[in-house]
Amino acid sequence: MAVLLDENTRLLVQGIGTEGTNHMRRSIAYGTKVVAAIHPRRGGEEQDGVPIFTTVDEAVRKTGANASVIFVPAPFAADAILEAAAAGLPLIVCITEGIPVLDMVKVKAALRGSSTVLIGPNCPGVITPRARARAGIMPVDVFMPGRVGVVSRSGTLVYEVVAQLTKLGIGQSTCIGVGGDPVIGTRQAEAVRMLNEDPETDAIVLVGEIGGSAEQEAAAYIREHVKKPVVAFIAGATAPEGRRMGHAGAIISGDDARAENKKAALRAAGAYVADSPAEIGLTMKRALEERGLL
Amino acid sequence: MKIHEYQAKELFARYGVPVPRGRVAATPAEARAIAQELGGKAVIKAQIHAGGRGKGRIVAPEEAPAMYRSLLSDPAAHEGQVRGPRVGGVRLVDSPEEAEREAANILGKVLVSIQTGPEGKPVRRVLVEEQSSVVREYYFSIIVDGATASPLILASSEGGQEIEVVARRNPDAIVRLPVNPAAGYQPYIGRVLAARLGFADPDLSAQLAKLAEGLYRCAVDNDASLVEVNPLVVTADGRLLALDAKFNLDDNALFRRQDLAALRDREQEDPLEVRAQELGIANYIKLEGNIGCIVNGAGLAMATMDVIKLAGGEPANFLDIGTVNDAQRVVNAIRVILEDPSVKAILINIFGGMARVDIIAQGVIEAFRQMEIRVPIVMRLVGTNLAEGEALLREAGISVIRAAELGEAAEKVVEAARAAAAS
Repeated sequence: MAVLLDENTRLLVQGIGTEGTNHMRRSIAYGTKVVAAIHPRRGGEEQDGVPIFTTVDEAVRKTGANASVIFVPAPFAADAILEAAAAGLPLIVCITEGIPVLDMVKVKAALRGSSTVLIGPNCPGVITPRARARAGIMPVDVFMPGRVGVVSRSGTLVYEVVAQLTKLGIGQSTCIGVGGDPVIGTRQAEAVRMLNEDPETDAIVLVGEIGGSAEQEAAAYIREHVKKPVVAFIAGATAPEGRRMGHAGAIISGDDARAENKKAALRAAGAYVADSPAEIGLTMKRALEERGLL
Repeated sequence: MKIHEYQAKELFARYGVPVPRGRVAATPAEARAIAQELGGKAVIKAQIHAGGRGKGRIVAPEEAPAMYRSLLSDPAAHEGQVRGPRVGGVRLVDSPEEAEREAANILGKVLVSIQTGPEGKPVRRVLVEEQSSVVREYYFSIIVDGATASPLILASSEGGQEIEVVARRNPDAIVRLPVNPAAGYQPYIGRVLAARLGFADPDLSAQLAKLAEGLYRCAVDNDASLVEVNPLVVTADGRLLALDAKFNLDDNALFRRQDLAALRDREQEDPLEVRAQELGIANYIKLEGNIGCIVNGAGLAMATMDVIKLAGGEPANFLDIGTVNDAQRVVNAIRVILEDPSVKAILINIFGGMARVDIIAQGVIEAFRQMEIRVPIVMRLVGTNLAEGEALLREAGISVIRAAELGEAAEKVVEAARAAAAS
């Protein structure tokens, strides 16, 4: 089955400017079924052999698309997400960076109670290597089919972790970049839940960073529900305090925002915590060996 | 993006939020005239983009670093005073003449507080306001909360001090009320706030509700990432008043808030950070070490700093170059880093996804063409279009130290910086 993306994924692409087109090509070359592209003024044309529609609604009705990846520029991205959700798509992956936070507040309010899963925004997307299904911008060469799931706030750290795993011969089931913005569609704890319930996933890498309290939420979930080995890394342990967050922002999460407290929460939940970003792969290797999974 | 207190107060006032009478002055003569209008007695407040003004110190620019160190080592010894020996950025005056004198003592100087950093912040304007006789102080703010994906009202009956301190010492003293974004502000919020803050007087409770609604509308209408009133006060004559005001604009919304974007005061920002922005590097933060970092992605940029520290080095900056698809941005990033005199070595760590490695390589080659680069550069390139990037670097034959792995890259740059610092 894998999570979010598999061989049954029929992807549509919203926003086919330079980046959207570029990454649509890369997904097609990787083997992903891209069935439609959306452009408000180019309906009826084709791009790289993919039919273009003016609306997501029409694309879904005519092609049976069941997932969307969004590259629409930030000022129009919230509208694009809501259009995809209104068309009934079960999965929306929004790559766009720089969406105003109140736009995302509105989007989240609108999605409350709907069955649509939103990943992102400001994320690298989702990839399931076994199914060669890619909705996003990841460099495909570093990925290898396997049984370790990856969840990360940061995009480039997904690549870093995956490159380390692949080099050690450890393949990946599904990798999910949840996104770096304060308001995102799917938070880390929810992504961990998906991988925990996935029969194709044996172990999970969780990459967090300083700020907010999402890692503590994930730790609470792991403690209660996850028997699979979890390897965690928190970026920003050495960042000077107070540079990233405003004053009132800091008091919401208080001490939760700090790397040491995130690490402690994850350790207490039974996770293997890597202190160096260069050792995430090795830590997973040891964890898998310890559990007899490698 | 931050704006000044006087600008935030003007904005708040448009939403019916009561603020003290007063105006901003750029010269001592203007300060005198405003104090005259206010009846003589006034408070003079230095306008800078940092807190802790009252407990800070007004100094000449060259005295700022030493004063900053001394404030950090013993903040209690440097309590600013609004009356008596006047050292801080907030001063009470009793006459227009005194207003003129104190404005002259503040304007053109630098205000150093524990929040300003070692250079302090230049004071170009003072806010001249009526004095208020304060009976009680509260705290009020609105931020966007990621966990609930909604605007969140924070309030406390322990106002007038740093809210982080209250949060740590007595977290129960902070009221947290998320506002359902679909429904927007509802009258019950004002009633709950008044009750939880212990307002007994129904008239004051009504004023609080009006203020909360005004600030909520101000925040959502203007894409605020923070609105804050600290202290929010009750005066002797029974009025609720925003004695201080802070408004931060969500940087992602700058494109649709041109009116507020025009209020940007670059003089209040770090000069190297401003320079980086002018060169299209939005995400640069100056730090204390000597290893310049150019990385794509905020997470990898932080992880790169972590691994440098673990290898025994100190990063000179945080720089997320973002999704680079033009070589000039790479040239500019290298330029910004080289403008920092403390940089002894540079680590370029790129894991191409959306960013393309060949473009990064082109940029580095171009930088070598345009500039004399005297510091060693360690490059670790992985990801999209790596082969093309490698080919370009081979052809150009520039002198860089290559690394394949993250740990290896950190060790090499720390060593290079050490060698450069020693020579």
